[in-house]
Amino acid sequence: MNTHFFADTSVLLGRSMRHIFRSVDTIITTAITPIALMLLFVYVFGGAIRTDTENYVNYLLPGIMLIAIASGIAYTAVRLFTDMQSGIFERFQSMPIARSSVLWAHVLTSLVANGLSLVIIVLVALLMGFRTSANVLDWLAIAGILALFTLALTWIAIIAGLSAKSVDGAGGFSYPLIFLPFISSAFVPTETMPGPVRWFAENQPVTSIVNTIQDLFAQRPVGGDIWVALAWCLGILVVSYAFATAAYKRQIA
Amino acid sequence: MTTTAIRVEGIEKSYKDLHVLRGVDFEVASGSIFALLGSNGAGKTTMVKILSTLLKADGGSAAVEGFDVAAESLQVRQSISLTGQFAAVDEVLSGKENLILVAKLRHLKNPGQIADDLLAQFSLTEAGPRKVATYSGGMRRRLDIAMSLIGNPKVIFLDEPTTGLDPEARLEVWQIVKNLARQGTTVLLTTQYLDEAEHLADRIAILHEGRIIANGTLAELKQLLPPAKIEYVEKQPSLEDIFLALVGTGSTAPTGNNESVKDRS
Repeated sequence: MNTHFFADTSVLLGRSMRHIFRSVDTIITTAITPIALMLLFVYVFGGAIRTDTENYVNYLLPGIMLIAIASGIAYTAVRLFTDMQSGIFERFQSMPIARSSVLWAHVLTSLVANGLSLVIIVLVALLMGFRTSANVLDWLAIAGILALFTLALTWIAIIAGLSAKSVDGAGGFSYPLIFLPFISSAFVPTETMPGPVRWFAENQPVTSIVNTIQDLFAQRPVGGDIWVALAWCLGILVVSYAFATAAYKRQIA
Repeated sequence: MTTTAIRVEGIEKSYKDLHVLRGVDFEVASGSIFALLGSNGAGKTTMVKILSTLLKADGGSAAVEGFDVAAESLQVRQSISLTGQFAAVDEVLSGKENLILVAKLRHLKNPGQIADDLLAQFSLTEAGPRKVATYSGGMRRRLDIAMSLIGNPKVIFLDEPTTGLDPEARLEVWQIVKNLARQGTTVLLTTQYLDEAEHLADRIAILHEGRIIANGTLAELKQLLPPAKIEYVEKQPSLEDIFLALVGTGSTAPTGNNESVKDRS
């Protein structure tokens, strides 16, 4: 490990944060689709959905946040891909810097940008009547799970950004991820779904994460879901990190 | 007494079935300008990427400033700077921010001062605070080269530095390259323009189908052909001479441009 790793990473993080703040539209577009979905489900479909909660926004918010993250990480892939196309990636690689800083700067930028989008979404949800009695520790736990989920998906985005052939390919990989929350407990309880769909919904990563966050918001005991959620996030993180590192090595072979 | 800045021995590289480099050998003396001449797809960029530690060779060895590019890549990266085929500048940042970024990554003190000095040296002071997205091709290339000079690397690789530039910007780049060599920097440049190699390089190597088929000074290369015949030809101004005379160079360009225009007429 190069001794300059932290210094180099923070310089490069500063660079991509400038990108974000000079194109604030990426944060807004990341937040706007999930907000539109939230409005649609609460004010249009919500009346027909029975969730055993008196407040459907409370039920919906965790899933909406995961959709926001799944679409937000696509920008990381696009930013990395653009760097590789423009030659600035090669400039960094030919300089005496800690090489992994180049990737870590993009990963940290993804955490910050997605965090900002989530703040906007939570504020809108509050306006729409979202209420929680969660205390500081619960909020920290929720932030931790969301950060871990973002980190895991961001490394998938890094794989896409490193190996894509076009900017559309770099961004397009996230569509299936955006759909996962729809086939989960995020919008309706899984008990209402037919057999195979229900089986899929109950055994995919999003459901355990959604259930955990719903429980934390509602001050219910979280049960085993939190361990399943953490296992999924860590598992995805380890696998995607390994593949991203391999894709990165291929670039410089 | 000259020392060797770059030594390349039997370098080979394939992309799947495509055998791009088939045993390339050459040496570049410290402080000289060396041109790697070849048509598109001859493997010039691949060679530069291997020397700048972006690609690993399949066979052979190469050393820059005495450091092996494969085994001592960090030391190599401390000695070199790469100006790639496409201007490696950050479009979203301003010119000054681009320079500061590189100065910080090279862990230098006073990055702001370094940036201001280079902006002045490359006639970019006025454009310094503007986003690079608004720059012309020539300005981008000047900024790109300025970024490569930060930290005074001993060896600079310029991969097709004038491709896509207009004649004025091209002369500006030529002048910059000459100044670099005058300060003792070793320059390896690749080009597909014969006149560029002729004008700038101390030595020229021709890379063709993955091998160096000729390597020498311009005078040596000329001797490969039958002796010159003397013919009397009326000297017509070239379109480039006319273009440059009409638009009048010198106002925005680095010093010495007019001189090099005269050289050519």
